[in-house]
Amino acid sequence: MSSGSTEALAGRRKFLGLAAAGAGGVLLAPGIHLIEVAQAATPEVTSKVRWGLLIDTTKCSSGCSDCISACNAENGLDPVPSPTSAQWIRKVEIKEIKTGRQASVPVMCQHCAEPPCVDVCPTGASFKRADGIVLVDRHACIGCRYCVMACPYKARSFVHEPLTNQKPDVPRGKGCVEGCTLCVQRIDRGGTPACVEACDKAGHHAMLFGNLNDPDSAISKRVRELATRQLRADLKLDPGVRYLGL
Amino acid sequence: MAPPRSAFGASPPGGRHRRTGKAGSVVAAWVGVASLALGLAGGVDAGERTPTPSIEKAAAGTQCVAAPDVMRRQHPQLLKHQRDATVHRGVRQGRDSLQGCVGCHASATSGSVAQAKTDFCVSCHAYAAVQIDCFECHASRPAQALAARP
Repeated sequence: MSSGSTEALAGRRKFLGLAAAGAGGVLLAPGIHLIEVAQAATPEVTSKVRWGLLIDTTKCSSGCSDCISACNAENGLDPVPSPTSAQWIRKVEIKEIKTGRQASVPVMCQHCAEPPCVDVCPTGASFKRADGIVLVDRHACIGCRYCVMACPYKARSFVHEPLTNQKPDVPRGKGCVEGCTLCVQRIDRGGTPACVEACDKAGHHAMLFGNLNDPDSAISKRVRELATRQLRADLKLDPGVRYLGL
Repeated sequence: MAPPRSAFGASPPGGRHRRTGKAGSVVAAWVGVASLALGLAGGVDAGERTPTPSIEKAAAGTQCVAAPDVMRRQHPQLLKHQRDATVHRGVRQGRDSLQGCVGCHASATSGSVAQAKTDFCVSCHAYAAVQIDCFECHASRPAQALAARP
């Protein structure tokens, strides 16, 4: 994509939305509005984009759980998790024994380029979108939990109990496996994941979201300049989530 | 109600005629009592023998994405097509999105398409005896209503 593609894309979507909202009031006949136009569909995802996250562990504070609360609120997960609740993002405290250096690391689905959860799925429910986001198609998921076993990052959860009051944009239900979607409902409308937004709001700026395929994006520049690492890079899964200061 | 007349027009002769007349009046009385009872019990059916689903009107000033006969037969196919486009290709807020349906058809009283027995989706699906699983996972209320609720 061309320079500043993410911003350009967001701007274009905003314009389309406004244009559609303007057209929404068109009166075809007395009492009949043209409502289909009011709902401008979001564009189809392409492989020109590879969404990625860069997490700076030196800026992530160990007591902070704003990303987790934001994730729970955005996706309708349990605000007070039980041991069996679904967990899309968690904080892992690490310590180097010899030096005593401690760090707090948010870990979620790493959105691998070669996702093992997709390899093992017997129904094709676990899949990778063209823009690199790894998702579960709940219509096809039979709840076998092979993907839970296959994921080296423990990123997938199973929903054990019936749910009510789900978010309109995040359908969830008993008997399906689920995991971080990078807040796909926000990304498709030109937004950023809820955890990134919450981290920026708290003033930590430990998470950076962007298009890894665009050489001019902020995240591409950062990963080009700094020595970032992927978790378990030895498995050669090429995760889209990278860490700084591990 | 008059006793039923013979199919042959003229009544057959003799005692048989009397017996038929008596049985007919008994049947007529029973039908009368039964229809009265039905009329009192089921106000919705208004005395019709076949119960019909109560289809609540969509929100005023809205227009459906297709004609009623198309929607009645093909809404599962339309929804399934849109669902694959949304989940796999990220095409949200498409013409045939489930959220679009819920937005216009949520009940004015319950605020949902699948909560009360008279709600739009449930009333028809109960009548047709087709189980509807959409709202096990999907929200049956419009987004604005969810945001407004405490």
